[in-house]
Amino acid sequence: MITEALVLSAFLFVLGTFGVLVRRNAIIMFLCIELQLNAVNLSFVAFSRIHGMDGQIFVFFVMTVAAAEAAVGLAIIISIFRHYETVNVNNFKLLRW
Amino acid sequence: MITVLFYVFAAIAVGGALGVVMSKSPVGSLLSMVATLGSMAAIFVLLEAHFLAAIQIIVYAGAIMVLFLFVIMLLNLGHDYQKDLKGGVFALASFATVGAMAGLLSIQLRGAGLAEDGPGGAAIDAAMAEHGVVGAIAEPLYTTYVVPFEITGILLLVAIVGALALAKKNPA
Amino acid sequence: MHASLAVILFQGGQAAPAAEGAAHFEPFYPWLIVLLPLLGFVINGVLALRHAVASADAVRAGGELDLDEGGRPSTHTLPSLVGPGVLLLAFAITLVNFSRMLGAHLEAPEVIRYWTWMATGTFSVDVALQLDQLSMIMMMIVTGVGFLIHVFSVGYMKDDPGYPRYFAYLNLFIFFMLVLVMGANYPLMFVGWEGVGLCSYLLIGFWFSDREKSDAGKKAFIVNRIGDLGFLVAMFYLYTTFGTLDFEPIFANAEAALIYGGGLVTAITLFFFLGAAGKSAQMPLYVWLPDAMAGPTPVSALIHAATMVTAGVYLVARSSVLFALSPIASATVAGVGVFTALFAATIALKQNDIKKVLAYSTVSQLGYMFVGVGVGAYSAGIFHLMTHAFFKALLFLGAGAVIHSMHVAYHSTHSHEDAQDMRNMGGLRKHMPITCATMWIATLAIAGIWPLAGFFSKDEIIWQVAAFGGAASAPYPALYTVFWLIALAAAMLTAFYMTRMMVMTFHGENRSGAEEEKALHEAPAVMWAPLAVLAVLSVVGGWLNVSEHLRETLLGLGPLTSGWLHEWLHPITQQAQHIQEVNLGVLAESAPMFGGGEVVWAVLSGLAAAAVVAASFRFVGAQKHVPAAQDVEPTGFAKVLYNKWYVDELYDRIIVQPILTMSRFCWKVIDAGIIDGIANGVGWTARGLGWAVSFLQTGTLNTYAFILTVGVLVILGVSIL
Repeated sequence: MITEALVLSAFLFVLGTFGVLVRRNAIIMFLCIELQLNAVNLSFVAFSRIHGMDGQIFVFFVMTVAAAEAAVGLAIIISIFRHYETVNVNNFKLLRW
Repeated sequence: MITVLFYVFAAIAVGGALGVVMSKSPVGSLLSMVATLGSMAAIFVLLEAHFLAAIQIIVYAGAIMVLFLFVIMLLNLGHDYQKDLKGGVFALASFATVGAMAGLLSIQLRGAGLAEDGPGGAAIDAAMAEHGVVGAIAEPLYTTYVVPFEITGILLLVAIVGALALAKKNPA
Repeated sequence: MHASLAVILFQGGQAAPAAEGAAHFEPFYPWLIVLLPLLGFVINGVLALRHAVASADAVRAGGELDLDEGGRPSTHTLPSLVGPGVLLLAFAITLVNFSRMLGAHLEAPEVIRYWTWMATGTFSVDVALQLDQLSMIMMMIVTGVGFLIHVFSVGYMKDDPGYPRYFAYLNLFIFFMLVLVMGANYPLMFVGWEGVGLCSYLLIGFWFSDREKSDAGKKAFIVNRIGDLGFLVAMFYLYTTFGTLDFEPIFANAEAALIYGGGLVTAITLFFFLGAAGKSAQMPLYVWLPDAMAGPTPVSALIHAATMVTAGVYLVARSSVLFALSPIASATVAGVGVFTALFAATIALKQNDIKKVLAYSTVSQLGYMFVGVGVGAYSAGIFHLMTHAFFKALLFLGAGAVIHSMHVAYHSTHSHEDAQDMRNMGGLRKHMPITCATMWIATLAIAGIWPLAGFFSKDEIIWQVAAFGGAASAPYPALYTVFWLIALAAAMLTAFYMTRMMVMTFHGENRSGAEEEKALHEAPAVMWAPLAVLAVLSVVGGWLNVSEHLRETLLGLGPLTSGWLHEWLHPITQQAQHIQEVNLGVLAESAPMFGGGEVVWAVLSGLAAAAVVAASFRFVGAQKHVPAAQDVEPTGFAKVLYNKWYVDELYDRIIVQPILTMSRFCWKVIDAGIIDGIANGVGWTARGLGWAVSFLQTGTLNTYAFILTVGVLVILGVSIL
């Protein structure tokens, strides 16, 4: 089952990456990042069956950090929205040549 | 039995993920995400990580997704159901890239030759038998990993302050 | 350090140990001879710089640059004293050394080493002075005649604003010339060689604000440099053959290391001759000397008559051993020399500028000197060098006095006629008697009239050519007979054109104009006194080396002085003479084809010269001369002679223009086009690349995320595959 879990984890991760690349809405991009994190969590848990408790502890921390990051990231998106009236990332072109 | 359950929940997870990526409306993506998270929690249970499954539901699906929903509602998004996927060459290139990534990962997995159940699993089961499910995580958390635990607390504090500061409306 | 300094100062450096049994020659401060002119250069140079700074300050302060200012006591007293003064001191010290050398009967050269100039690996060159008979003669000529010319310059350059600069350069030239003749090895000689070339450039282009004059200076330097290449290559050959460049070891080992008539020694000597041809204005590198007349006349007297141009002859005489070992090179030297003598004499027949006549005459006489050293008569060549220094310097200085007078005359009437054109002169005998008399002495000397100096020296050379051709195993007897005939012809031409010059300048009616004639007067004492001294030398100088045959029939004057120079230079030339005797046998006693000994031909040539002088005096005197402004261009063959056989135009066509075209090509196409193009192209490419790559900066998040993903993929791929 561990191998299946790892395959699933990889698949989810790849899907998450694809989502980050093709979505234009900033919030949905963020959501796909969370999906990636979840996939990683799954692989940690699967490996903890082989290597011990440390995997689950790490998942604990990942979740905590993901929560903090989600909060801050969404706050940034809100402040961007206040300026641009949109969360379409195609419009954020300040770094363009 | 467990394998069948695993495949069921895996299918739900994949379906949810596809929904996240492909959905037109943000709320739809979000709901699909919740589904994915739920099935992930179930898979955690199948992998004997009960505490994490609970945390997943409570924190991730319960708090973080709700936060996302709050923001979507706050910004009043989701009214224009337009396809906001980037099309064209870029999508193709992205698809190729992630396909390659998937291929590489599968090669790695195939060659890894993983055991079904290693010594770690036995240790976890022993710990769970001795301290209970919560104690099995709590014991290393508060002894070996107490420093990262405390720092994580500080991190959360910083995140709160930062989020507040960023999201505040400037006094006009 | 102090001990060695004391050795240098009071004992003249580390002298070579005296040979067994010979009286010891104690050099008397030889380094002072060389350094005194250098000191003069420094003092005069500082004065010149201060003068220039003061003029520049005056201009900056709002004044105009006064180019006509001259005769200021503040700039004139010190150079007038220092310039000739150091020369007089140097000459005095040279005389002391000479008298010591006379008493010591030197057998081997006295080499005084001062310090090591360069030492790399096995190659070592010392700064060393060589005092022997040959260098002593040259030193006396350089310092003695140089002193007289300095005194003359005090009067000639009196009104020139560049007065201190002139004496600075002149002293520097004497310094380099002394280094050249006193150096004990080829590199030191080359230092002097190059240095006199530099000073020649500086002095020819002395009035550099005139484009033509500065171009003449450049031409002299560039043509010299072509010859210098030959000198350098010969030095390289010498080093690879002998491992050293000092005179003594080279000449001692020459016979052993070099095969008689072999390719190596022929190459060495031919390259040396190339250098000598450049410096001493022989074919084909003589073209700079007539143009060099753009410089002040005393410069022409010193550099282009008495000293610098004789450096080539000195080189051949010094390397006599090497030239004696190569009959082909010696024949080349003699051939080029005699051909140049004739060629230049033909050009001089039709020149109207008095200095140009003298310039071509110099080229011609240098040819004679090379003929002399080419046939192995080294002492005869040096003898002619010495007498030529006397009468040619006298001729140039006299011409300078004439030009000076004509300038004053034209200046008084604000005329712009050419003061150097003989067609504007005439009848100056009345106004400048001393100059006329001294110049006539010099003219008769150069024409070869007995008993003046030129008779003996020129006669000696011509006879040696004939004798060489008739030697027992002479290499090319017919060739030398032809040389002999050409030399005779050139001698006759010399007599003719020199007389023509004198007649046009000093005799007949004055063509300067009525007003100008009133302003003509004799040169001041400071100018005619050196002329008088040189005239005396021109008279008695020949008695130093009367040939033995002549002495026997009382054509010479007294046994005491006859053959003196030959004896004096014997230690220098004996090795070369020995080689010659061994390989060629005894020289002839009677002239080829025509018979008759040396005495007979001496009498014949003397009478012939006298006849030519008299005839040309009558002929040229009878011609109607017109002033330059009214004269017409000559036609036919005379036109070719007048235009110097169009040699300059030929060189321009086949050498200068192709070089200019190639330079222009290198400049426009290679330098500006290709190289600058590459440099600019690199810049353009960088800009272009930057512009192209800048498109990666789309500013959109998705692009960055994509690239991030691609990077992760690459890392994954590398680690997995």
